[in-house]
Parts: sequence; C-alpha cells; structure tokens
Amino acid sequence: MAPLLIVENLHVSYGGIEALKGISLYLDQGEIACVLGANGAGKSTLLQAISGLIPINKGKIFFKKDELNHVPAHEIVKKGISQSPEGRKVFATLTVEENLNLGAYTRRKRTDEVEEAKERVFVLFPILRKRRRQLAGTLSGGEQQMLAIGRALMSSPQVLLLDEPSLGLAPILVNQIFDIIREINQQGTAILLVEQNAHKALGIARNGYVLENGTISTSGSAEELKSDQKIQEAYLGGAALKNYKRF
Amino acid sequence: MDVFLEQLINGLTIGSFYALIALGYSMVYGILKLINFAHGDFFALGSYVGYTVLVFGSAVITTHFGLWGGLMAAMIIAAVCVAFVGIMVERAAYRPIYPAGRLPAVVSALGASIFIQNTIMVIWGPRYQAYPASLIPNIHIQIGGLHITMLQIVILIMSFMLLGILYWIIQKTTFGAAIRATALDKDTASLMGVDFNKVIFFIFTLGPALGAMTGVMVGMYYRQISFTMGWNYGLKAFTATIMGGIGNLPGAMFGGLILGVLEMFGAAYISAAWKDVFVFLILILVLIFRPTGLFGEKVAEKV
Repeated sequence: MAPLLIVENLHVSYGGIEALKGISLYLDQGEIACVLGANGAGKSTLLQAISGLIPINKGKIFFKKDELNHVPAHEIVKKGISQSPEGRKVFATLTVEENLNLGAYTRRKRTDEVEEAKERVFVLFPILRKRRRQLAGTLSGGEQQMLAIGRALMSSPQVLLLDEPSLGLAPILVNQIFDIIREINQQGTAILLVEQNAHKALGIARNGYVLENGTISTSGSAEELKSDQKIQEAYLGGAALKNYKRF
Repeated sequence: MDVFLEQLINGLTIGSFYALIALGYSMVYGILKLINFAHGDFFALGSYVGYTVLVFGSAVITTHFGLWGGLMAAMIIAAVCVAFVGIMVERAAYRPIYPAGRLPAVVSALGASIFIQNTIMVIWGPRYQAYPASLIPNIHIQIGGLHITMLQIVILIMSFMLLGILYWIIQKTTFGAAIRATALDKDTASLMGVDFNKVIFFIFTLGPALGAMTGVMVGMYYRQISFTMGWNYGLKAFTATIMGGIGNLPGAMFGGLILGVLEMFGAAYISAAWKDVFVFLILILVLIFRPTGLFGEKVAEKV
C-alpha cells in the first residue's frame, strides 16, 4: 500500500534562507514517524510547509495521491492533515471550548460530529472538560499543550503533525503527553512527530529521520536509530555521558 | 431631571452612531492591524447614497412604502452599495500592499479616504445637502416634561439591534470565534481551516455596511450632510475605538456609547462649545492611565 503522506525532495525558504534543502520522507497509514534535530535544523519549517503555511520552492508533497503544493492552509485541514504547532499557539482570549470548536471549523455545520469529536478529546484529556469555560490563556503549560493537541484532533485528521509537544514541560507531563500520543495513534491516526526529545520520540515511533542543516542526515527504523553511535552521542546524551565519565 | 433624561437619550443616540462606526475601525484593526482611515468616508458615502434613494424614490415612498419604509429602503440600499465599495477599496488600496508592512497600508488608507471624500464631492457637490424634511417621519412624543421624537426612538432601537446582532455574531457563533482567532493569530487560525480571505471579505462588507446604515440614520437625525462629515464622525468613532481598547469589539461598542453620553452631558451642563474638548480630554486621560483602553484587558499568557 502506498504511504499516506509523501514528501519528495522538498526545498523551502524561510526568512530568505533556504531552510530545507531537499527533504524526502514518508508516513505510512497508522504509523508514528519522528523527525529529530537540533534547534534551527528546519523541523518546524517542514511541518509548516506540509500544512501549507509557507510556500514550497521545489519538490512535492503528496497526501493520498493528491499533490498539496499549491493547496492553501485552510484547505489542507479539510483534506485530513492537521497540526498542533510549536509553542502550542492556543487562542488565549478564547475559552477552551471555543478553541476546540475552532479545531472542528471545517465541519462546523455538522454539530453532532463536532460534539462527538469533543467527547473523544475530553476522554483523552479529562482536565479540558473541567476547564472548558475557562480562557485558554489561563491554563498551565501542560494543559495548553493538551488543548493544542485536542484542538488538532477535532477535525478527526488522518495525519496529525505534532511540533515539539514536550517543549517546556515537566518530565512527568512529558510522559503523560507521550502516552496519549501513542493512544491517539492506536486509535488509527498516523502521526508525524517533530521532537528534540529524541529518547522519548524514538520510544514511540516506528521510523525516524534526523534533520541537520536542512537535510536528512540519517534515517531508519527507530530501533536502528537508537543503536546508532552518532545519534546516541548527538541526541541521546551519549556525548555528555562520555565526557562525564572522564572526570 | 427632564433635561438629564433628554440628554441621556440624545447621548445614547449619538453614542450608538459612534459605536456602530467604531466597530468598523475595530474589526479591521483587529484582523489587519491597520487603521482604516477610509472608514469614516464609508459612513459619509452611505449617508449620501441614502439621501439619493430618498430624493429619487420620494414619489414611491410617499405613495407606497410610507416614511418608515423609505428609511428602511434607504438604509438597506446604502448598506449594500457601500459594502461593495468597501470590498473594492480593500482590493485596490490595501491588498496589493499588505506585504509592504503596516505603515504603507496606513498611508494608502489615508489616500483611500481622500479619494472617497472627493468622489462624494464630485458626484453630489461641495455644498451641504439636506435630507428632505417631507420624507422624515415627524412624530413627537411627550412623556411628562420629556420631549423626544419617534424617529429618535426608532434610531435607538435599530442601533442597539445592530450592535446586538454583531455582538452575537462575534461572541457566540463559531464564525465569530474564527474572526477573533484570526485577529489573535492568523496562521494558527488557518491551521484550523479558517479562510483568511473570507474573514477579510466579512469585515470589509459588514464594517462599511454598518457605517452606511449609520450614515443614513445620521442624515435622518440631523438632516444636514456634507462630504467632510466622515472626518468628524470618523475621528470621534476612532476615539471611541481607542477608549474601548482597539480590536476589542464590545469595547468599541461601549466606548462609543460612553463617548456620546459624555459629549451630550458636557454640552448640556458645561458648554456646548467645549464638548469636543471633553471628548478628547477623556481620550488623553485614557491613553495616559489605561493605554490598552477601558476594556482592553490583557489575559496573562502562561508560557
């Protein structure tokens, strides 16, 4: 079966600089793939390009045989790809419930489906049910992350793009968020996960890509990447450990 | 007491005019961070279109529609025409220069304002025009010592209905939430599936349409209109927008009402010649002590 999402030789500029220089990757139906890399490697640019927020210079993006290159961002959600952006980006002066409703904006006329999707989000994140009338800006960081993911799920996407869901969260929350990401995936949503926390990301992903300076330097199954010497040193704290042992 | 009540009603009437115009400023600012200086001229244009509808339709209005029907027809036709002009102005004057940044857009807005003002002058002439007295409903009501006209009551009710409808759209519907979300973060709103161009279309039809309807009501209320009226009302409405917290729509509504009432009380109890001084004094005080506006409460955002 053909992959759900295919990125082919993607070139994208961001702020006048070529941030992605020929990226190719794919995401299969129902899998989690992760994209690892340091700050500024181009991870967020990749997700923004897939979502249609920034124009593509060269290369192609396919979703189920449809080319997405010139599809505007608001149409891409409709096709079945939604994103929880970096830094959560919840609408601070809107209530939690309004945020969730906006997540289902593309099918706002079908109220029963919206309620159903909301119920599903509340089951995944019970705290959001309690906070539904509260302004999103008053939530804690972890709750905002839950809201951002929940909001992205409201369109019942086939592909969920997650940009650094663990950013700035306490370790116990990180574990909780990753458990939920796995659960969302088990319910049938394919996930492209961008992360700096390589250890956690490789723990739940099937395949992984390492992004360095706008190109993919290494890719393979999560198992291969975990045992790769270079990746251990660069992303899994291997180098720090070696230096530590020298003292 | 009668003077107080009369001035309160007058103040609310004129305040609701300011509020309706202020909404147009505030909506555009919220979405584009652009002060749409042409907005006051949309209002003036609406007033002139309404005038023309009344003058040309006078025979039909007096024989078929009745005076209230004439008022309605003038408002609706003005709203439709000016909404169309609003879209045209957005396409011609703003859209081509969004990428250039905010300042060029403001300059372009000033240009659009001058253009519309002069177009009005060319079409209708530089002299004052008067709404035909015979077409304005003229029913006086006396309650105790209180003198008001039926027209005033109808205008008040219509203004508040329009404000209420807009408030409902913005605060209670999902499309309204989409507009507020776009104002906060355009990119993330488009990730939700919100079409930015539809939001632009909405604010550049609804804002000018509300302005035009206000223009007709002002023409009915004061009878005399001039091609420069957009500037005066625009400035007051813009003041109201800032008082309420720019970009905050309920704030703009209350800002307008407060401004109108203050202006009328200032005129009645202190001096009519100084009424603009009070208005701008209050603006200055608000800017000094509450720069975010009376209702511009910022929600602390946790990071």
